[in-house]
Amino acid sequence: MAIAKLKSDATEARLAGVTLPEGAAWAQAARADALTRLRAMGLPSKRDEYWKYTDPSDLTAVTAPKAALFDAQEAPLFGDTDRLEIVFVDGVFDADASDALAGEGIEIMRLSDAMAADIHWAKELYGVLETRGQTPVERPLAVLNTALATDGIVIHATGKVSKPVHISYLHADETSDAILHNLVKVDAGAEITLLETGPGAARFSSCLEVDIADTGAFHHVRTQGRDHERRTVTHCFARVGAESTFKSFTMTVNGVMTRNECVLDIIGDDAIAHVAGVCVGDGKDFHHDDTVFITHDALNGESRQVFKKVLRNGATGVFQGKILVKADAQKTDGYQISQSLLLDEDAQFLAKPELEIYADDVACSHGSTSGAIDETALFYLRSRGVPMNVARNLLTLSFMAEALDEIADPALAEELRDRLEGWLARHS
Amino acid sequence: MLEIKGLKVKLEDEDKQILKGLDLTVETGKVHAIMGPNGSGKSTLSYVLSGKDGYEVTDGSALLEGDDLLDMDPEERAALGLFLAFQYPVEIPGVGNMTFLRTAVNAQRKARGQEELSAGDFLKEVRAKAKDLKIDADMLKRPVNVGFSGGEKKRNEILQMAMLTPKMCILDETDSGLDVDAMKLVAEGVNALRSEGRSFLVITHYQRLLDHIKPDVVHIMADGKIVKTGGPELALEVENNGYADILAEVS
Ligand SMILES: Nc1ncnc2c1ncn2[C@@H]1O[C@H](COP(=O)(O)OP(=O)(O)OP(=O)(O)O)[C@@H](O)[C@H]1O
Ligand SMILES: [Mg+2]
Repeated sequence: MAIAKLKSDATEARLAGVTLPEGAAWAQAARADALTRLRAMGLPSKRDEYWKYTDPSDLTAVTAPKAALFDAQEAPLFGDTDRLEIVFVDGVFDADASDALAGEGIEIMRLSDAMAADIHWAKELYGVLETRGQTPVERPLAVLNTALATDGIVIHATGKVSKPVHISYLHADETSDAILHNLVKVDAGAEITLLETGPGAARFSSCLEVDIADTGAFHHVRTQGRDHERRTVTHCFARVGAESTFKSFTMTVNGVMTRNECVLDIIGDDAIAHVAGVCVGDGKDFHHDDTVFITHDALNGESRQVFKKVLRNGATGVFQGKILVKADAQKTDGYQISQSLLLDEDAQFLAKPELEIYADDVACSHGSTSGAIDETALFYLRSRGVPMNVARNLLTLSFMAEALDEIADPALAEELRDRLEGWLARHS
Repeated sequence: MLEIKGLKVKLEDEDKQILKGLDLTVETGKVHAIMGPNGSGKSTLSYVLSGKDGYEVTDGSALLEGDDLLDMDPEERAALGLFLAFQYPVEIPGVGNMTFLRTAVNAQRKARGQEELSAGDFLKEVRAKAKDLKIDADMLKRPVNVGFSGGEKKRNEILQMAMLTPKMCILDETDSGLDVDAMKLVAEGVNALRSEGRSFLVITHYQRLLDHIKPDVVHIMADGKIVKTGGPELALEVENNGYADILAEVS
C-alpha cells in the first residue's frame, strides 16, 4: 500500500526527534496512548476525503513554515471587558503578563501543572473527548496535539463565573511552532465564558475539550488574529449534558491556513449547542476551513451551525458540516447554514453540508449559498446618498449579522462587528 | 429645476429601446404628474435619472439645476438633491432602518460639506417625522423594509424623503398599495414638503392621489415619450376615459 507507506513515513518524519513533555504517570500514559493512536492512523494528507478541500501539508510539515510578524496597530480585543487575563507568547506561558490564576467560581491552573500532579481531575478529560471524537471520522492533528501539547489552561467551573477567562495568544517569533491544549469542566448549574484571541504562533495547534454537566453553560468567543502568514489548526470537542448550553463563536481575520474543527456530542435531553463563525479573507493565499460534526444522541436537542465567509481576490473558504441524529434523538431541531459572499469572481467557496438522520420525528434544515453583493440593495443605498464603498461594507456587514447574532453578549458582538468594519474599510 | 431633452435610453444587455426622445421640464417649486399605460417607460425614466445600472443613454441630456445628472454616480445625484421614492422599495436584511437612515442623512451632509447630525438630534427628528407618518418605533428598529407591508414600505419611502429633504422628488407609484387612510398620510407628507425651492415629479395611474397632491402640470407618457401635456384636468380625462382617446389624438 503505497499511500499507507507514504503516510507512515510522513508521520514518522514529523515525530522524529520529538520528546514528550514530562508529567505524572497518568499524563505520560495519555500522551503515549495518543502517540500509538497517531502512528496507527497516520497524519492527514490531501488524498484523505476529509481533507479534500484543504491541503494539510503546512500543518503536518516537520518544521513550521515561517510567518512574518504583524503589527496590528490597534488596541487588543476585549480590553474593556473585566476579565481574568492569561497570556501565552508563541505557546509559552507569560506569568508577568498574566493575572493570578484564581477566581470566584473556578479552579484554574496551567495544563503543565495539572499534568505534573499525581492526582488531578484533568485525567478524566485530557484526550478523552478527543478520543471519542475520532469516530466516525479520524482527526489525527488532534491526536498529535494530545501527544505533544506543552501547556494550556485547565478550568473547572464550579459556579457562575462572574469574569470571563481571556487567553491571549501572542506571536513574537517568525518560526514558532506552538501546541496548546485546554480543558474546561463545567459543573451542574455552573456557567463560564472563555475568550480567546490572537494568532498564537507561526504555526499554532490548539485543542479544547469541554465537558458540560447537566444544566451547565459554556460560552466561547474566539478571534484568530490578523497575521497574514500564520497557520492554525484548532479542535474543539464538547460533551453537552442535559439542559445545558454550549455556544461557540469564532471570528477569523487573515492567515494563510486556518482549519477549525468542532465536534459536539449532545448526550443529555433538552440541550442546546450552537457553533458559529465569520471569516474575512483577502488574496489567493487566504484559506479558511470550518469543519463541524454534531451528534444528537438525546431527546429534544437544539443545534445551530451558522457560518459566513467574506472572500476577496482569490481567497478560499471551505465548510464541511454534518448533523448526525441517532435513532433515539427524537424531537431534534438541527439548523445549519453556510454562506459565502464572494466580493470578486476569483474567490471561491467549497461547501459540503451533510445530514444523517436515523430518528423519524426531527426538524433539520441545512442550506449553503455563495453569492455576490446584492446589486439592487447597493443601488437603493447609493440612491439615498450612501457612497459606493460605505454601501458595500454596510451590506457585507449585514451579510455577517446572522452569525454575529449568535454571540450571547451584545457588547462582545459589537466589538467584533467594529473590527470587521475596520477590516472592510482597509480592504475596500 | 429638472430639464430633460431628447432623452433616448436602451437596455444595456438587450437591443431594446425604452425611452425614445423624451422632453420634460419641471420648474422650481412646481408639482408635475406623469401618467401613462403600463410599460410606457415611467419607471425607467426614474431609474435613469437616479443612476441605476443596466441602461444606456444613447442620446439627450438631463440637467438638475444646470448640472448634468447623467455623468454622475447615484450617490452624487442624491447629494445634489435628487430623490426617488421607489415603485418597489428594496428589502435589506441585516441593516437596521435607523442605521440606514442615519448613514444616508450623514453621508449627504458630508458630501455637501455640512457637519454630521448628532445622534440625539437625529433621533428627535426621525421620531417626529415617523410619528406624522404613523410609523412606529418597531418599524424603525427592524431591518430596512423587511417584513413591511406594501403600504408600510411606501410610507417608509416618504419618511426617507422627509429626512433627506431633497430638492427634486420623484415619486414612482407611491400611491399603489396604499389604503385610503395611508394615502392621505402620504399626501400630507408630500404636501408638508412642498415649498418654493422644491419640485415634485409624481408618477401615478390614479386621479385619487392627485386629489390630495394637486399637480400644476400633468403629462401623458406613451411608448417612451411625453405625448401630451396639460393641466390637472388631463388626469381627470384619463380617469374617466382611459388612454385610448388621447393616444389616438396624438398619433
Ligand atoms: N431591465 C429590464 N429588462 C427587460 N425589460 C425591461 C427592463 N427594464 C424595463 N424593461 C421594459 O421596458 C418597458 C418599460 O418599463 P417601465 O418599468 O419603465 O414601465 P412603466 O411605465 O413604469 O410601467 P408600469 O406602469 O407598469 O409601472 C417595459 O416593456 C419593460 O418590460
Ligand atoms: Mg413603473
